[in-house]
Amino acid sequence: MHSSNATIDAPVMSMHDPKGGLVVALNATLKRDLTLMLRRRGEVLNPLVFFALVITLFPIGISPDPELLAAIAPGLLWVAALLAALLSLDSLFRSDYEDGSLEQLLLAPQPLAALGLAKVAVHWLLTGLPLALMAPVLGIMLSLPAGSYAVLALSLAVGTASLSLIGAIGAALTVGLARGGVLLSLLVLPLYIPILIFGAGAVQAAIMGDGVMAHLAILGALLAVALMLAPWAIAASLRISING
Amino acid sequence: MWAFIHKLGSPKWFYSISAKLQPWFWGAATLLLVTGTLWGLAFAPADYQQGNSFRIIYVHVPAAFLAQSIFVSMAIAGLVFMVWKIKVADMAASVMAPLGAAMTFVALFSGAVWGVPTWGTWWMWDARLTSMLILLFLYLGVIALRGAFSSRDSGSRAASVLAMVGVINIPIIKYSVDWWYTLHQPATFSITGRAAMPMEMWAPLLIMVLGFYSFFIALILMRTRSEILRREANKRWVRELVGEAR
Repeated sequence: MHSSNATIDAPVMSMHDPKGGLVVALNATLKRDLTLMLRRRGEVLNPLVFFALVITLFPIGISPDPELLAAIAPGLLWVAALLAALLSLDSLFRSDYEDGSLEQLLLAPQPLAALGLAKVAVHWLLTGLPLALMAPVLGIMLSLPAGSYAVLALSLAVGTASLSLIGAIGAALTVGLARGGVLLSLLVLPLYIPILIFGAGAVQAAIMGDGVMAHLAILGALLAVALMLAPWAIAASLRISING
Repeated sequence: MWAFIHKLGSPKWFYSISAKLQPWFWGAATLLLVTGTLWGLAFAPADYQQGNSFRIIYVHVPAAFLAQSIFVSMAIAGLVFMVWKIKVADMAASVMAPLGAAMTFVALFSGAVWGVPTWGTWWMWDARLTSMLILLFLYLGVIALRGAFSSRDSGSRAASVLAMVGVINIPIIKYSVDWWYTLHQPATFSITGRAAMPMEMWAPLLIMVLGFYSFFIALILMRTRSEILRREANKRWVRELVGEAR
């Protein structure tokens, strides 16, 4: 009880503090979201379980032949991780929308784009990063060729950050809708395609023994663009969903 | 300049000016499309490699051009609506989306039909077809998002934001798909690598492209006019116009 009070008080306190207002508000948002997410462990675990399940379906649906699986493993792992990240997006702003704390974020004197970015950072930390760490394990199960495991994890870690940023735009646009889930995937999946191409391409290149730096550099460039532009779109979309 | 923009933003003024412009665009569209079709289908020489099947280009290329231009114009209209709160811009954007999706579908379908004589199959994951397919999904997303909101104003603003996000992504998607395709399909027959077209084939294509654009402008004017009437149905000038209550 005591600790939950502390998390609720944190954003309010920041408003009384004119000095370093943005830093305090960012810290408070990060801390609050992390605490909330870690209390609902199921929501953190669900995408990971989904990822493992989808990967289990492919050998059953296609063939247990290791050579065949190894050939399609980079694409399978990337597509399954992408879908798992998509699955977790709907809840990104949902509970904040329902309990009214999203309105408080809008009312806060700090720029909404920065606060939205903090929420996305937490989402990546608890969805994208675990998916990236888990992918090599599933790679073993698909007999992914040796030498590509580190690239798989790295490409997913960088790529899912962009996925979280782009996906948050869709989540912010659909948060006010009762059944936004299916619509969210229609909005977001086409925008995910470049990241999928370069992410799976990096793993493929690592298997072939080509240089992977080009792919990773482009993934990084996409992340830089997304970091620069997505927060503004997220903020505008949140305003539409709240005021609408 | 500002007075002009302000005037253009008034639905009533737009309604009367578009009434004057509309017949010109319909006339131009009819003339260009009839000329282009006849010239392209009956008089242009057959391709030495593809024979008569290349004539599908006269529908395929203009539709593909239009599909991309409409998305850009829709995003610009969305930007105008978001920045200056000009309602006519949003009305235009709302009627552009279905037409753009239809043009994308026409481009995809004609591409698939063209694929039968050239590739021997209805569908290939060709870079251009793939980007067109993604564009179709982007259009469907914008249309679905607009329809999902119960308040029209929220739907308009959400669709505007999505159109702008989409238009930033279209070049990124296009180049990454091109890159993906060249990586996976190194040496197959490609319709992109053709030699420069002779004048007799190229001229009717240009006419068809211009015809498609005139048709698009005429149709957008017409449909924006009916959208104005629908949304402004309770305004006095509309009621007077339809001869109801004065």
